[in-house]
Amino acid sequence: MTPFRVLDAVAVPLGESNVDTDQLAPSRFLMRPVFDELLLHDRRYERDGTPRAEFILNDPAYAGAQIIVAGRNFGVGSSREFAVLALPAAGFRCAIATSFGDIFTSNCYQNGVLPIVLPEATVEELLAVLRAWPGLHVTVDLPAQTVQTPACGPYTFAINSARKACLLEGFDDVALTGRYRKAIARFEDTYYRDFPWLA
Amino acid sequence: MRVPPQTLVDKIWKRHAVVALDGSETLLYVDRCLLHEGFWWNIIDALKSRNLTIHRPSNAIACSDHFVPTTDRSGGFAAIPDERRRDLILRLETEGTELGVNVIGMQDERQGILHVVAPETGITQPGMVIVGSDSHTSTHGALGALAFGIGTTEAMHVLATQTLWQSRPKTMRITVDGRLPKHTTAKDLILSLIARLGIDGGAGLFVEYAGSAIEALTIEERLTVCNMSIELGARAGTIAPDEATFAYLAGRPHAPSGAHWDAAVAAWKSLRSDDGATFDREVRIDGANVTPMATWGTSLDQTIPLDAPVPDPAAEPDAVKREAQTRSLAYMGLRPGQYLGDVPIDYVFIGSCTNGRLDDLREAAAVVRGRRATVPGFVSPGSRAVKRAAEAEGLDRIFIDAGFEWRDSGCSMCAGANGDTLQPGQRCAATSNRNFPGRQGPGSRTHIMSPASAAASAIAGRIAGAAQVPA
Repeated sequence: MTPFRVLDAVAVPLGESNVDTDQLAPSRFLMRPVFDELLLHDRRYERDGTPRAEFILNDPAYAGAQIIVAGRNFGVGSSREFAVLALPAAGFRCAIATSFGDIFTSNCYQNGVLPIVLPEATVEELLAVLRAWPGLHVTVDLPAQTVQTPACGPYTFAINSARKACLLEGFDDVALTGRYRKAIARFEDTYYRDFPWLA
Repeated sequence: MRVPPQTLVDKIWKRHAVVALDGSETLLYVDRCLLHEGFWWNIIDALKSRNLTIHRPSNAIACSDHFVPTTDRSGGFAAIPDERRRDLILRLETEGTELGVNVIGMQDERQGILHVVAPETGITQPGMVIVGSDSHTSTHGALGALAFGIGTTEAMHVLATQTLWQSRPKTMRITVDGRLPKHTTAKDLILSLIARLGIDGGAGLFVEYAGSAIEALTIEERLTVCNMSIELGARAGTIAPDEATFAYLAGRPHAPSGAHWDAAVAAWKSLRSDDGATFDREVRIDGANVTPMATWGTSLDQTIPLDAPVPDPAAEPDAVKREAQTRSLAYMGLRPGQYLGDVPIDYVFIGSCTNGRLDDLREAAAVVRGRRATVPGFVSPGSRAVKRAAEAEGLDRIFIDAGFEWRDSGCSMCAGANGDTLQPGQRCAATSNRNFPGRQGPGSRTHIMSPASAAASAIAGRIAGAAQVPA
């Protein structure tokens, strides 16, 4: 997993709420590897594959964006990890929103994507700034837990300390759990003695 | 020292905590991991790329359900028209068997949707921690398990270690007292809860459903309620096991038997929230106030009683909801103030892990019996066992005589991953669980409702409840 420390990049003010996993990664693409155009595919492209010029992700002003800013409930719905994997495939390493689906958040941490929750008023302010200056850079500083632009912020955000450490080091859970192999073996001895029908 | 009162979730959590780190992370022991062919390949590729093996293969259960066709099943694998889907089903079934996983493949007589098969075979049991590479793993909480969906990387971790890192849960109790009125179902209850609490109403929370109206539900109805806990934004939804739970499990193939059964039931009886246990959030509703519901929009909070008008965004005080409503109205082709009862439909889908069980098919058949559907539609029983049981009591004839197709079992048109999709712009009355844009195919318009209401809508050709069907 690629470590995440400081990201200074163009941010797209998507702004919408309820951007669910089926929109982020439609079901009919789940039987093939993740591809660059997967993210919000049916919003970005016509059925014949031509880009929808009016959709913000196709606006050249935001070319090269690595941060996406949305409203409430980003990534709600299915457990499909493709909904997260579609983000780095399209160049995004960070999503900022008022709230996220719980499974989506877990999947972000497993893939080096940083999900940042900010209060609604802050997200609104950030969206307004990004719309006023299309292509403006946002700086996300994970060690300091701040988000800022030249025109607003810094805003601080909260993150679970274990998740922060894993992102900073590019560690995933498997590496961490390896340290507890003996504890798991001891647990299983007792557990299956107490609950033999579960073995 | 007196032990402080604990919630049901606390009790299951403590029993499964292998290591608790400072802060909030716990290494939680997992009893069963549920898998399907949709993500099997991602999980096993990840496992192999790290040179890991499956720690306890027999604790993993894999069903072919997402990509399987619901027609021409007698033709076997060769009859699956799409090569990629066929290959992924075959990969799960051959590789899963080689690895020692408990595989329930497409041609297995137990085949069906993971969340229908695991309860009906007794794989799902009270007090278990069950995870699955599918968000509707929340279903299994109906039997008193702590059950939730996870991503494919987490599933790989579970297969390799039989554990998962999880934050200590916050809890919410939703108490439903009173009695659900006539023609009002478990589906209407969970839709009402989502409409009231929002799609983030349960965010970050483990929900326990309690109260007399919950206790009065059959196990199949409880499965419907817990299934859609994820649509409430909850990590999981659970119901304390009771005599109905034990009676449901007794004699099922994977349920404990003999002396193990007695020990298991004794342990299961302690799985309830103690008097005085505190929850991070408490909600109480009167079941008597629940009425038949349907979604009008593209998120599950956009749900209204069948006899209520579609809301006017201009009257919505919350700017974010107003914007979402405006977008949904445009996508769904509806106007503010319109009544759902005036909205013609093009298609009806009865099935899914939410409403594909025998009780659901009986509920729909009772409405359809002796009548004709005026729009096309099909029934996909939740499992082959459900299909056999339904046929044994003649439900297939009732649906076929009414003009429905009687198909085979799978996730089918809930998510359309197997190719069972609508045409762009088509409007569907569906018993499944999500009304997201494009969920049933690009441009599809989905109205989520109960089996009784979907059946009534098929007869009426427009969105209707069972009470509105002419005699």
